Amino acid sequence: MTAPAPSGGRAGLRVGPLAGLLPFALYTAVFLFVPTIAIAIGAFVDPATGGFTLGNLGIAFSGIYAQGFLTSIELSILSAVVPGVLGLVIAYAVQRSGSSGLRRVVSTASGTFANFGGVPLAFLFIATLGSTGLVVGWLKAIGLDPYEHGFSLYTFSGIAIVYLYFQIPLMVLVITPALEGLRPAWREAADNLGASAWQYWRMVGGPVLLPSFLGSLLLLFGGAFSAYATTQALTSGSLAITPIQIGSFLNGNVLSGQENVGKALGLGMIIVISVVMVIYALLQRRASTWLR
Amino acid sequence: MRKSLLGTVLAATAALALAACGSGTSSPSASGGKDFSKVTSAADAGGQDALVAAAKAEGQLNVITLPDKWANYGTIMKAFTAKYGIKINSANPDGSSQDEINAVKQLKGQDRAPDVLDLGQSFAISGAKDGLLAPYKVATWDAIPANAKDADGKWFSDYGGYVSIGYDPAKITTPPTSFKDLLGAEYKNKVAINGNPTQAGAAFAAVYAAALANGGSLDNIQPGLDFFKQLKQAGNFVPVTGSPSTVQSGQTPVLIWWDYLQASSVASQFPSWKVVIPSDATYAAYYSQAINATAPHPAAARLWEEYLYSVEGQNGWLNGAARPIQLDTLVKDGTVDKTALAKLPQAPAGDVKYPTDAQQTAAKAVVSQQWAAATG
Amino acid sequence: MVAVTTPVEIAAARPRRRTPGGWGRRIVLLLAGAYFLVPIYAAGAFAVSGPDGVDALTGIGGKAGFVEAFSLSLSLTLVTTVITLLLMVPTAIWVHLRLPRVMRLFESITILPIVIPPIVLIVGVLDAAPGTLKATPYLLALEYAVLAMPFAYRSLDAGLRAIPLTTLVEASRSLGAGWVATITRVLLPNLRSALLSATVLTVALVLGEYTMASLDQYQTFPVWVVVYQQDDAHVSVAVSVLSLVATWALLMLISLIDTRRLSRARNS
Repeated sequence: MTAPAPSGGRAGLRVGPLAGLLPFALYTAVFLFVPTIAIAIGAFVDPATGGFTLGNLGIAFSGIYAQGFLTSIELSILSAVVPGVLGLVIAYAVQRSGSSGLRRVVSTASGTFANFGGVPLAFLFIATLGSTGLVVGWLKAIGLDPYEHGFSLYTFSGIAIVYLYFQIPLMVLVITPALEGLRPAWREAADNLGASAWQYWRMVGGPVLLPSFLGSLLLLFGGAFSAYATTQALTSGSLAITPIQIGSFLNGNVLSGQENVGKALGLGMIIVISVVMVIYALLQRRASTWLR
Repeated sequence: MRKSLLGTVLAATAALALAACGSGTSSPSASGGKDFSKVTSAADAGGQDALVAAAKAEGQLNVITLPDKWANYGTIMKAFTAKYGIKINSANPDGSSQDEINAVKQLKGQDRAPDVLDLGQSFAISGAKDGLLAPYKVATWDAIPANAKDADGKWFSDYGGYVSIGYDPAKITTPPTSFKDLLGAEYKNKVAINGNPTQAGAAFAAVYAAALANGGSLDNIQPGLDFFKQLKQAGNFVPVTGSPSTVQSGQTPVLIWWDYLQASSVASQFPSWKVVIPSDATYAAYYSQAINATAPHPAAARLWEEYLYSVEGQNGWLNGAARPIQLDTLVKDGTVDKTALAKLPQAPAGDVKYPTDAQQTAAKAVVSQQWAAATG
Repeated sequence: MVAVTTPVEIAAARPRRRTPGGWGRRIVLLLAGAYFLVPIYAAGAFAVSGPDGVDALTGIGGKAGFVEAFSLSLSLTLVTTVITLLLMVPTAIWVHLRLPRVMRLFESITILPIVIPPIVLIVGVLDAAPGTLKATPYLLALEYAVLAMPFAYRSLDAGLRAIPLTTLVEASRSLGAGWVATITRVLLPNLRSALLSATVLTVALVLGEYTMASLDQYQTFPVWVVVYQQDDAHVSVAVSVLSLVATWALLMLISLIDTRRLSRARNS
């Protein structure tokens, strides 16, 4: 086997190493790209005639649907950054506790909760924070009814609180391997050199974690962006977000014959995430420079 | 090493694909020489007995999106199986009309494709246009009103009900009788509908009914949206998807839903639940039956339709507090189940007007654009 | 690898940083625990407040269709996890090792499944898949591997960045090990945490995925839960809480298989 190629020294990529990606490429081509292309093509098809049309896209990017994209993006950014930070803090706390039992419980719980959503999750929160919920009841008992002060579970902010339930565990799960890469020896060395905790984080821990942290944020953004069933159950469409609008076209009982607008909306989502990924790539490049 | 890994993955995929080949893909069966997918009536099949025999030979029926508690489908399906010995496979009970159309298109040629459909009328109309539905006229075809069926028999109304207001008398001291009542202070944080009006038929109907109550018409659904906006501003509207679960948890003491579902799904678990059809808005809608043109069990599918449109089937729906389409005929003939009839919520006097497909499409477009703005 | 233990031991003996950090840590964990456990308690309280009482929770196993649905989900879980790991582990290692320039592009591709809503993906799949594949529930497993890809890759990526990959591989290869030995005996043990994390996410994903299974018309466990829920609110909430606990228990079981913990990998 040849020696590994020196980084940054080659002009182009050699074919040999690329062949190692073949199984992955084949798999994603068949099971991811083919369906995606089917959707992209569908977005341009006129359901009545079967011919090419831009009409679906026209509908998908105007009016309430354009609003839907904006609200979705807002919600997703919020539901990426806040859980991202909270998840990091929690993951760090767990790791520092040193207890392997706690770590096991947290990692399995995180895996479970990260995939818990939809109607069951909606119901969990209705039982807790709905107008007759348990926690609301406790607060009412001490005279602080949140619903009197403008809070409602069924609004943007309420939904954001519910999203934490699967976003934080996802963050914990995904950032933990990166945290484990922070060698205690580095912390010791920093201590010995007289650095405070803050300086350690700013100059050693932070930069090392940053690439993984950004990657996790991207994942959280994507997850929040496509979350559907939970919000549907809690807001019945009164909060305009794109996945619910797609659901109305592809999975509903009211709008018939317009599935291709749903596919156009799906195409829109792919475009949005592609833009986000470009931004992410630029940020990653800056974050990783010192690691080289 | 790379090659062996690639080989393993390809071999595994191939093995799975081969295993998949083993399970059934089928084309509509021809039993005893007759292609039942082309049969357009019992007479065409060679008589009811011939149809029964062919259906029994097929042995199975695939249905879709039929929850047990919806219009008493659970009992109807059991009775059908008991009578003919045909096993019913019920898929995706929580699904929507669009799911049914998708299943017909995507599972075409497979054993698992749905044989019969129960869909919203606009979906039936567009499905017929797309050539997905088989023409079939049941024996009691003439008892179905002319405006409730496709001329060729590609779809026909089955059962329906009125938009109604259900409420918990323990939480609401003055019973509501109309939509206007719901704007009162007593209803703070209490009123819900069954889902998203751009997705759920019952929720869309609630908005349409509110329009009729608020000075609108079948051509003008805007007042309905205005009503819900008012409801939201008064703090009375709970955006959560109302269901028997939210009623039981106390989250939605007032629920606007189809009267038959209030009776069969909510009242069955919440005995004190009361249902009233609002005095200011009479809005009813019927669902439609249809047979998949490429049904894997065409004879069983047709027998199912014959069963549903027999006295037994129609009374079955009646027992689910739904109004079967042939109710008037049953009453006239005296074959109606009188106890079930008595339990129906009091229907408003006068004729009900149904929106045409064109009116509905226009109304849906308005709702899609404005619902989030009105209630968000 | 020589473990440098002495400075660490001395540091561990120093009490200075323990106490203040300790309290902050405890508060964080307490608040997190509260946020996650209170809703479960609220739902559980509601579930047993119904006419069935505690029966709502205990009678589930005997209900119609439970065994078939759960077994289908378990077999899908197994197949999906195997496919995902077989596909992603060598690929992730390869990209990190030989194709660092492609890494950005690669990340972008692996993110795609998470952003295409499952409902859109399954419509695309059912449109494009051949009949033979559609006739088997394992089409779902193949697609679930795609859905698991972002999570698996993210975990593996974080794990791979945390180890001195090139050094380990070079050292192993120069000592005469072939690729398989290098991966299985050198890299995988160092990637334990990442592998566990990826497995946990994949298993939980399959056990919780509803949309695609229901549109493909297979009654997996989550689909069964929703179907079963129609009967009664208390029972339906009970089933949701129970399915959460059952998934958690299964994952604990899987994690117990991994007995040698991460502390060894951290020493450098």
